[in-house]
Amino acid sequence: MGKTTKQLAKLSEGESLEDFVGPLGTPADIRKLGTVILVGGGVGVAPIYPQAKAYTKAGNRVISIIGARNKDLLILEDEMGKASTELYIATDDGSKGHHGFVTDIMKRILDSGEKVSRVVIIGPPIMMKVGAGVAFPYDVEILVSLNSIMVDGTGMCGGCRVTVDGKTKFTCVDGPEFDARKVDFVELMNRLAMYRGEETKAVEKYEEECRCGLH
Amino acid sequence: MQELHDEKTGKAKKERTPMPEQPADVRRMNFNEVTLGYRKEDALTEASRCLSCKDPKCVEGCPVNVDIPGFIKLVCEEDFAGAIEKIKGTNALPAICGRVCPQETQCEALCVLGKKGQPVAIGRLERFCADYEHQKGVKVPEIPEPTGKTVAVVGSGPAGLTAAADLAKLGHKVTIFESLHKAGGVLSYGIPEFRLPKEIVRQEVEYIKQLGVEFRPNYIIGRIKTLDELCDEFDAVFLGTGAGLPSFMGIPGENFNGVYSANEFLTRVNLMKAYDPLYETRVRRGNHVVVVGGGNVAMDSARSALRLGADEVSIVYRRGEDEMPARREEIEHAKEEGIIFRLLTNPVRILGDEKFNVTAVECVKMELGEPDKSGRRSPVPVDGSEFTIPADVVVIAIGTSPNPIIFKGSEGLEQNNRGTVVADEETGATSKCGVFAGGDVVTGAATVISAMGAGKKAAKAIDEYLKEK
Repeated sequence: MGKTTKQLAKLSEGESLEDFVGPLGTPADIRKLGTVILVGGGVGVAPIYPQAKAYTKAGNRVISIIGARNKDLLILEDEMGKASTELYIATDDGSKGHHGFVTDIMKRILDSGEKVSRVVIIGPPIMMKVGAGVAFPYDVEILVSLNSIMVDGTGMCGGCRVTVDGKTKFTCVDGPEFDARKVDFVELMNRLAMYRGEETKAVEKYEEECRCGLH
Repeated sequence: MQELHDEKTGKAKKERTPMPEQPADVRRMNFNEVTLGYRKEDALTEASRCLSCKDPKCVEGCPVNVDIPGFIKLVCEEDFAGAIEKIKGTNALPAICGRVCPQETQCEALCVLGKKGQPVAIGRLERFCADYEHQKGVKVPEIPEPTGKTVAVVGSGPAGLTAAADLAKLGHKVTIFESLHKAGGVLSYGIPEFRLPKEIVRQEVEYIKQLGVEFRPNYIIGRIKTLDELCDEFDAVFLGTGAGLPSFMGIPGENFNGVYSANEFLTRVNLMKAYDPLYETRVRRGNHVVVVGGGNVAMDSARSALRLGADEVSIVYRRGEDEMPARREEIEHAKEEGIIFRLLTNPVRILGDEKFNVTAVECVKMELGEPDKSGRRSPVPVDGSEFTIPADVVVIAIGTSPNPIIFKGSEGLEQNNRGTVVADEETGATSKCGVFAGGDVVTGAATVISAMGAGKKAAKAIDEYLKEK
């Protein structure tokens, strides 16, 4: 959560951004596959939600697993319940649902012997890395949706490059979804940290200005 | 040949009037324009050198065929408003062309005076006239009766802006679709402020808006709308989407933090104004910056890095200085500012630390072998000559190719194996009916003026196509 996110959160109904561009990237490949597990962590639940609706509409059995650090940070619970065939919840502190990680529940379902065609994991990179690791040995397609640092989102800057299957890909146009088994997550996480120092400073400055009533 | 003498001094006018510019040790610390432009007296002196040839070769060297002797004659008469009107008869972006055109290989290369001395400084005079007009207030030409025909222009770089201006002047309703939030394409995101102030670009774009052209920013054709959809909605389409996809070297370590494509580096600095603390976008300020490449983009990147406060900036280029594709003027400016040129040197690997930050570039020395297909002598690595250059920022400026996004939803649009759109050289007509293309999307990365020339030819062809339609 950086400075711009905080600024966006301050917008009221009816206010607008000067510039907005989209949709971008390669559309998700959603079709009837059978059973699909959708895993959303933290704010990753937001992009999982339209996928849940679309996979259900395409005729899939949709098992959704959503999680957050605690129950207050959990989002879209009702909506996800309606959009999915089954919904499981996990919180790190056990304040709601399973006490532990979303990936624990995913593993339980994969172990149950039910034939699952695809797992889609969206959340913080560390969660996607762990999730991909847990699902790796199973006979199932694993997709993750990456959120690399981008400038333009059209393939022009190459800042969002990510190594997939040993080759450099641009998340903005080739992605955001990639085969999780082939993604170099260590590189991804390192690249995401590139401006962390500057971002922290920007947040501190912004919050200080907010306290002074400047925003 | 008639002997040329300056009327006042009696000295032979073999040398052109120098361009006032910021001293190198001052300008390397700021992003302000390097060259300051001719004053009136400079312009008059320089214009008086023109022989007004009956069969002017310079015009043939101009991709948009500006009436060069015609406008220079008006400068001599101190009719600067008339001069700019003359230029704008064929060139919609004179303030830009006067700054970034490679005149030394075009109009000025063919100037008769260049045979015995220095050619007339045509570019500097063009800039003088354009800047004069901006100071006085731009006159908007009369727009003819609407033809009722509509044209979509994709991309607002030099090709698109030129095509749009010419089509609007012919009475067609033009809509420009631009993927970024600002118009100008490479003029806005690529060429730095110190070479082409963004205020100049803004003014030129404003002029084109006043011709009645509508701008749709944040609009990506190939994603938000396809080319096929544009063809349904408009009577004709012009593709001027440029060469926006950066090439990387494909060597180990290229994804370390601190390694940028020139596109990303320059976009952060120019379009997003990372050099200005008032703006939010950041760029890594390196102490030791290595720029890979020998073109104008490499020079722009190196000189930008220097202005961001780097201690040392070097350009690594695999061939020799004579083979560098950059303009001579840019190479000289870069040298004056203290950029180190490491020629006949090629990166083989980029090194980083445990935190994934770049630390050095491992290079190999090269020697020139036989000339290759492009006629340039091709470089060959020298065995055992590996050495490392410490670096905390590396900018890869080895070229760009067209962004393939335009081909999504463009049935029947033929492309060649380099990813460029196949188009007729004279008309810009593509394999898709009603679709024309010009500029870098057809030629691969080239110059602003060649893109403008292509936009101009295509506008003429589109007008003819619309009349027949």
